[in-house]
Formats: sequence, structure tokens, C-alpha cells
Amino acid sequence: MTAALPVTADPSALSAPPRQLGRWRRLPANAKVGVILMGLFILAAIIGPLLTPYDPSFQNPLPSLSMQAPSAAHLLGTTQSGQDVLSQLLVGIRLTLVLALIVGVVATALSVIVGVTAAFLGGFWDELLSLLCNVFLVIPALPLLIVLLGYLTQRGQTSTILVLSLLGWPWGARLIRAQTMAIRGRDFIAASRETGEKTWRILAFEIIPNQTGLIAASFVNTVLYAIGASVALAFIGVTDLSSWSLGTMLYWAQSQQALQLGAWWWFAPPGLAVAFMGTGLVLLNTGIDELGNPRLRDAANASTIAGRRVRPTDPTPVLLAEQPQRGRLGAFLHSFSRSSLLDARRETGGTGR
Amino acid sequence: MYFIARRLVFYLVAAWVALTLNFFIPRAMPGNAVQAIMAKFPNLQPAAYKAIEALLGVGHAGSLWHQYGAYLTDIAHFNFGTSVSEYPASVGSLLRETIPWTLTLVGTATVIAFAVGTGLGVLAAWRHGGWLDKALPGLMFLQAIPYFFLALILLDLLGVTLHIFPIAQGFSQTVIPGLNWPFISSAVGHSILPAFTIVITSLAGWMLQMRNVMVTTIGEDYVLAGQAKGLPGRRVMVSYAARNAFLPQLQGFGLALGFVVSGALIMEIVFSYPGIGLLLLSAVSSNDYPLMQAIFLVITFAVLLANLIIDLVIVAVDPRARTREVTG
Repeated sequence: MTAALPVTADPSALSAPPRQLGRWRRLPANAKVGVILMGLFILAAIIGPLLTPYDPSFQNPLPSLSMQAPSAAHLLGTTQSGQDVLSQLLVGIRLTLVLALIVGVVATALSVIVGVTAAFLGGFWDELLSLLCNVFLVIPALPLLIVLLGYLTQRGQTSTILVLSLLGWPWGARLIRAQTMAIRGRDFIAASRETGEKTWRILAFEIIPNQTGLIAASFVNTVLYAIGASVALAFIGVTDLSSWSLGTMLYWAQSQQALQLGAWWWFAPPGLAVAFMGTGLVLLNTGIDELGNPRLRDAANASTIAGRRVRPTDPTPVLLAEQPQRGRLGAFLHSFSRSSLLDARRETGGTGR
Repeated sequence: MYFIARRLVFYLVAAWVALTLNFFIPRAMPGNAVQAIMAKFPNLQPAAYKAIEALLGVGHAGSLWHQYGAYLTDIAHFNFGTSVSEYPASVGSLLRETIPWTLTLVGTATVIAFAVGTGLGVLAAWRHGGWLDKALPGLMFLQAIPYFFLALILLDLLGVTLHIFPIAQGFSQTVIPGLNWPFISSAVGHSILPAFTIVITSLAGWMLQMRNVMVTTIGEDYVLAGQAKGLPGRRVMVSYAARNAFLPQLQGFGLALGFVVSGALIMEIVFSYPGIGLLLLSAVSSNDYPLMQAIFLVITFAVLLANLIIDLVIVAVDPRARTREVTG
């Protein structure tokens, strides 16, 4: 699902398979690696648990099977209590990925709702929602997560998902709000308004489809955040430690001193799995970025003038967001934000109020 | 001062939100803290219920508003209550012991990482497509590794196996804490490895961000104009391109501080460093709610304060922030 995002951004690509291939070739190299990496992990999450050679929780009582190095019977060795590391890894990848994807979907939906609402209502409500966004961006998330989970007596997957989603939306909401502001002033929106389309219809069929790229990028970012945060929380020991995720594997490996005892096969696989997942997502995101902003792409077709590379022409005409109309209360709230600095240029430019 | 005053009000609002969250979280959660503690120590008499309530500060008489007022008054007097896990010690005294450690180590490491990362980002963008630019995917991998995983491996390699660095604590047990040379040198020696792990994991993020903004700035006409005037390359790079790219970088720094703090919490857990993160972990594992809440507040306030300092720097660096004062 994630793997197909950059390709399906244009609906016409779906109906014409040959063009889709061309799109794949034109995708930045970074994004290709990202798509492949994430594809492998999603595949592992889907079929992995069917292939597990052992029950991941089964503790083999034979003393010879404790902390066994990788062998034919146990491809990634065993833990202190004789559990099979490979089985734990395959089950753990699924849980970690599923949890992160759910958080990604919920938090991105929240940020679309907040971002679009803020930009569309404008004025006071916009400033209030932006203020809320900025406040939650500035409050450090991990300590808050730890305190929230610390109070829960029963820490299941649901509570982790809930808490992570509740704190994961502000960043995306900010970006989506800015983008909606820019789109709102375009002619085709005015046209659809003139034809008498209802507001919800404009939102659902004109505004949101036009920011698929941005929503995809913020989804990928949120998934990345969810993986990092859930692994860190499990490592600290404030999540459900009875089920196997990459974080709980690391927690048990660390608490039973896998590294000090030299059991790298116990400790390294889950850590590397998280690292590769993260790299895949970061690459995917830079790929999406480069699709949208050609300046970031490789300087391959730039000409060399005076010993330095200069782009032949500026490929992206930068569309400045229309200055939003603010009511008195809205303008008052806005003046507290850091971005109010940007207004100074226009105000001193002579157009001032 | 107009801009700064406005921002100050914003931080006050943020602080108020944090305080209010902190007040309502324990009251909104299923179950209650007092029962959790009673369950944890089965040999407590039922009569101890009131005592624990008083200890946690949740048993205030009166309405919710009254409790809220009492809570705010307590915080304003730095009265965070009594720690449950280290019983007679007040939360305030525990905080005073741990904060200097965290502040010194994390502050220094973050500033180093920010400065070096920004510098490397400038160079990577200036030599677009050069070797530094090509090394970026590798650095991204370094950043995607969970912090504690990398830190534990380095700790095992450099501390346990090679014995180059001490493996835990903030200073060695043989020295007496105070302003004397053996203690300071021991503390510095213990902080090198933790600081190093923070720097190498956060470096790539600053570098990537600066590089991306800088690449866009280099495409601007005024940079080309500087080049055309025949100014030395270094001058164009630093005063024309980098200076303009630095502002978004600074604003990003403010927003990323929360993540920096999160990394620091885990660093202390890995290295058993006697700072506030380790204290938070022990508070969570022993259900020490007053301590947990106080730590959350202290961390949040520190981040808000750091953001205010960044705003001051922005005013110093950005002429637009100063012109705004005149028009406002």
C-alpha cells in the first residue's frame, strides 16, 4: 500500500500500464530503494508469521538450546530461554508495522481534518487551531507519552496506538493547512463555488485530491515517528511487554544482557530491522520531496558555468500563498506565532494596512 | 521587543496547556494513582489510603476548580510534593540533584551537533553532487538506527570490550563530588561517549535540513548576482547563501528540541547517567506519580525556555524581526 503511493498519485497512470513503467523509471533512485525496502518489509509482515519455524514464545527447556549461536535448526540462534529469534523477528515485524500503519492512518486523518478545517474556516478558528498545533509541537512528545502510558494500569496495543495517534497529528496539520491556503485561492475552486457545489464536495473532490503528494509525505513521516516512538517506549518498558514487537525483543535482549554475554544474534536483528525500515521510509520521503521539488534532484542535467553549476532555468515558479483574510480576533491570535515574522516584509513594503 | 513580547505570551499559553494537561491526566485516567500504589504494596493498611492521597496531593478537598487553584499555587512555589519511591526526599530536591547533569551534557552535545551539522550541510549544498552530498544516504541510515541500539553497540565496543571509556554513571565512585580537579576530570571522561553518541545520531538531521534549504537558496538570483560581481566564492557561500538558509534552520532547531530531549532521556537510560531521564525511568517503574509529573513539567518548561532563547537569536540575526518592532 505504501509502496504504490508515489506511482498512483496520478489516476491516469492506473489505466495505462506502459506509462506506469515509465513513471517507475523516472522515479528518483532514492525513492526506488525506499519502495523496494518497504515492499520487502510489508511482504515479511504479511507472509512472515506463516513461515515461523517455531512458536516465538515457546521456551525450550533444554539447557543446550539456551543462547545458541545461529545454526541450521535456528537460523538466527536462540534467546536465553531457548526461544527462536527468527520466529520472534517475523512476528515482531508484523506487529510493529501494523501498529505504525494504524497510527499513520489515524494521525494523518486527524491532521487532514484539522489542517483543512483551519484553512477553510479562516479567521478566528484558523488561528485557534494553529495555536493549538504550535503548542503541541513545542511540548516534548516522549515525556508526555511516558507519563500518559505510566498512568495506564493496563497497557495494551490499543492504548499505545491511541496515545501515539493523539500526539502525532500537529506536524502534518501545519503543512496541510499551508497547502490548503495556497489551493483555496485558485480559480478552479472559485469556479466550482460559482457552479453551486457544496462546501464538503469542494473539500472532498477538489481540495484533498490536489494534495495527495503532501498527504502521502505526511503519512510516511507519521509512520516513521510511530515506529521510532513505539520501539523507544517498548525499550523503556512502558508498553505491552507480553507480545512480540521489535521494541519488546530489544527490551528483553537488553534486560537479559544479550550484548554483555556476546549474543549479537539476539540483539542485532531487531535493531537492524528497525534501522532498515526507517531508512526505507526516509528514502521514500526524500523521493516524494524530489518529485515535488525538482531543485533537490541530482544536478545531472545542470550546465557548468564559471566553475560552478547553475541551473539552466528555474523549473519551479514559486506560488506564494495568498495572504489570508483575518478578522480582528484572528489577527490578534496570529501575531503570537513565529510565522507572523513573514508578514513584516509585506507590511513594510508599503501595502500596509 | 514587540515580537519577543508576543512570543513570550505564546510560551505562557503553551506552559499553561502543559500545566493543565498535567493536572487532568491523572484525573482522567481509568483507575487512580492511590489504588495503584495500594495494590503495589499489599501490606499497607486500608487506613493508609488517606495518607497516600495527601502525599500525592490528589486528596484536596473541594471542587475541581478549587483543586486546580491549589495545584497552580503549589507549582508557583516550586512545591512538587514528596517522592513516593524515595520516600522522605522531596521531588524538588531530587530534581535539583539531576538537572545539572542533563543540562550540561545534553546542552553541549546538542550545540556541537547543530553547529557541525549546519556547517557540513552548507558544504554539501555548495558542492552539490560532491562526495559529501553523496555520503548523505549513508548518514540517513545512521539516523534511522534507533538511538539506543547504536549507543548500546558503541558502549559494548568502546567501553566493555576495548576499555577506552567508562561504561556507566556520571563520575567514578572513588572521587568526591565538588569543585575539585579529580571530580571534574572524571565527570568529563564519563560524558565523552554519551555526548559522542548524541552528536553522531543527530548530526545527519541538521545536515540534511540545512543542505535542502541551502540548495534552494543557491538557486536565487541574488546569489548569482554576487557571483557575477566577482565576489570570492567563500563570501558568496557564507554571507549570501548560508545566511539566508540559516533562518529556517534556526526555526527547525526550535521545533526539533522536543526530539533532542527525547533522545537525551534514552541516552541516560543506556548509560545510567545520573540525569533527569534516568530519574523519569525509575519514577515510571516504581509508579512514583508526583515525580513523573514534576519531571514532565520541568522538561517542558526547559524546552519552552530554549525556544524563547532561539527567538531572541532570530531577532538578533534577522533584520525583518527588528523592522517589525518599528511598524508594530
